[in-house]
Amino acid sequence: MEYFVQQLINGITLGSIYGLIAIGYTMVYGIIGMINFAHGDVFMVGSFIALLLFLLIGLTAATPLIIIVLAIIGVLLIAMALTAVWGWTVERLAYRPLRGSFRLAPLITAIGMSIVLSNMVQISQGARVKNLPPDIKDRLSGGFQVMEANGFAAVISYRQLIIVCVTVGLMTFFTWLITSTPLGRAQRACEQDRTMAALTGVDVDRTISLTFVIGAALAAVAGVMFLVYYGAIDFYIGFVAGIKAFTAAVLGGIGSLPGAMLGGLLIGLIEVFWAGYVGSEYKDVAAFSILAIVLIFRPEGLLGRPEIEKV
Amino acid sequence: MAVAAARSEEVAVEVKSAFGTAVSDAAIAAVIAFFLATPILSYKTVEEATSLGLVARWPQVLMGVAAVFAGRLALNLLWPHFGGVVAILKASWARLGAFFHAIGGWRTVLGVLLVCTVAASVTGHLAVNRWYDLLLIAPLAVGVWRRSPAWLFLGLALFFPFAPGATRYYIENFGILVLIYVMLGWGLNVVVGLAGLLDLGYVAFYAVGAYAYALLAQNFGLSFWICLPLAGILAAFWGVLLGFPVLRLRGDYLAIVTLAFGEIIRIVLLNWQSLTGGPNGISGIPRPTFFGLEFKADGGFADYFGLPHTSLHRIIFLYYIILGLALVTNWVTIRLRRLPVGRAWEALREDEIACRSLGINVTNTKLTAFSIGAMFGGFAGAFFATKQGFISPESFTFWESAIILAIVVLGGMGSQVGVALAALVLIGGTELFREFETYRMLVFGLAMVMMMVWRPRGVVSGRVPTIAIGKTHRIGGDLVQEGRG
Repeated sequence: MEYFVQQLINGITLGSIYGLIAIGYTMVYGIIGMINFAHGDVFMVGSFIALLLFLLIGLTAATPLIIIVLAIIGVLLIAMALTAVWGWTVERLAYRPLRGSFRLAPLITAIGMSIVLSNMVQISQGARVKNLPPDIKDRLSGGFQVMEANGFAAVISYRQLIIVCVTVGLMTFFTWLITSTPLGRAQRACEQDRTMAALTGVDVDRTISLTFVIGAALAAVAGVMFLVYYGAIDFYIGFVAGIKAFTAAVLGGIGSLPGAMLGGLLIGLIEVFWAGYVGSEYKDVAAFSILAIVLIFRPEGLLGRPEIEKV
Repeated sequence: MAVAAARSEEVAVEVKSAFGTAVSDAAIAAVIAFFLATPILSYKTVEEATSLGLVARWPQVLMGVAAVFAGRLALNLLWPHFGGVVAILKASWARLGAFFHAIGGWRTVLGVLLVCTVAASVTGHLAVNRWYDLLLIAPLAVGVWRRSPAWLFLGLALFFPFAPGATRYYIENFGILVLIYVMLGWGLNVVVGLAGLLDLGYVAFYAVGAYAYALLAQNFGLSFWICLPLAGILAAFWGVLLGFPVLRLRGDYLAIVTLAFGEIIRIVLLNWQSLTGGPNGISGIPRPTFFGLEFKADGGFADYFGLPHTSLHRIIFLYYIILGLALVTNWVTIRLRRLPVGRAWEALREDEIACRSLGINVTNTKLTAFSIGAMFGGFAGAFFATKQGFISPESFTFWESAIILAIVVLGGMGSQVGVALAALVLIGGTELFREFETYRMLVFGLAMVMMMVWRPRGVVSGRVPTIAIGKTHRIGGDLVQEGRG
């Protein structure tokens, strides 16, 4: 039971990170109907920016806890802003010129951009795994004990608590943003019908740019969380996490924000439980198989609306 | 007088404001570049004894930002004058086309090339042995007769191993590699280009072919020529197996499921240690033989024909195998397009609902496209295994699928010549710049983005219908409806 609870906690943490990335995929797919393959690499760039910021601040083992908390918040905000610039640039350079063009064209530029981003980081930062300085890692260790029996304790670490709290907070904020602000209205209008939205005075290009900016900022949050949680990153994390997050977005129903979060949680839980009870070799196979099964029987995903076919 | 002065003043104001917007736009670009570079490019992490250290690279970054400013400014100022240049280029291009038709089209051009080639051959400027020149001359002569430039490409491909300057290195790392991707591109073209099914997991069938040959050869001692069709059949079987449940899905859902299958197959290969050797892969895969003759020092190919033994023979033999396989792929695809099933594929790509209402069995049609594409992928995989002599799951990552798909889309979906050209430019281009190893993939990605922005429908975007009432006309890319299969 304790083992189960521990896996549940780990799964929810991992699922939150996937969910945050998945929102970027699902919003972009909803509004322009393309798979933004570069999104996983935007997440990776955000993670690297956070690592560099942590190193620049130069926390030590003697830094008081309050400063560390402030530092994390500061790094989170700056990383969000800088990664958002990357998201905007990718959209501006690679996708906007192809607006209204042939359907596969932006998919190919997205794959190209993904190659560009991962190789840029590989060249500029080196291919090795980068570890968060041990001083910061040590200060963030520890946690609350939830239950204990037979010498095995289920623990929520401070890091997991931070991740889940930040995710829940951001989800609430962005749900509010999409449902009850002018920007959210414009975004939903573009999602339904871009031409009609433009006719009613919505600046479509600006709305799409903002969608990318929001997606990239959330990916940056996921990047910071990933860095804090695992303490080690390399230039390749974007691909794996990106594929998983996209799977999560499709699983939950692409185009739906709660769906992305639910899909992320499911993928995180499946992965953690499979690794915990069956073995870690085939955990990705389990996640992908469930995706295939869900799509075969419910192609619109768990929370998605079925696509209506028009002649 | 006063009016003229006022007007010149107005023009001056206009010029000044145009200059002002150009400067401010360039400044915005520079600021964005600065934020992009901070801190990911301006600091580099270095490993130190206990922790990570940082090295600042501000001078380079600031220089880069200045370069962005200057470049953007120059572009803004020169762009208005660019229209004239483009018009001149377009006019001269049209004039060139007219001239081309006036002198008799491809027949004349290829004829001139043929005369030049024969002259070069007679004076001994081509291959070491003059008989090899026929490999280039004969297809060119056919090209003159058939008025088709495709024969020129065929001649160049046939002649390549004997061309002056084609060393072992170039045949192996340029010729064979490009042809593998040409073949994979043509195979995937059946699925994506003809049937309009977006397949992001094509590398799975490539892997099935490669492992099929490697395992059959190692466990049962079967030769390459027996395993080649078996590898193709097995890959096609896997195509049916994977395709059957998922081909009801549309567009992007199909893409993501095929991607998932590609990853599943790779992970299984990686973890099924007892069968596939896991991450260590399979080594010592037997080489193909020439009618039972091996390419070895004693009693092999060279001895039998009384030639001095060099390892070049094997490389050239491999080159012609993959050229033959690629040509078979091309020929089969061209023939299939004229069969009912090929016409059904193209109809499916254009409009699935219309196909259904006309009584075409959509699932079977998709399944044939999927499995025939998979079969060609399997052939290419078997060849890859025998060429490398060693395979591991690392060769079958998602990036391979992405690169093959990029070749098909960049070449122009459904166009055989375009796919071959795209493979030549993308794979050959990056192979030629192997010295710049670190920047190779970066440039590859940038080239993909820029080529796509330049020609969203691929290099050869027009299509020639396989059937038409009266004369066949070429259809421009802008008129071709995209499929949503």
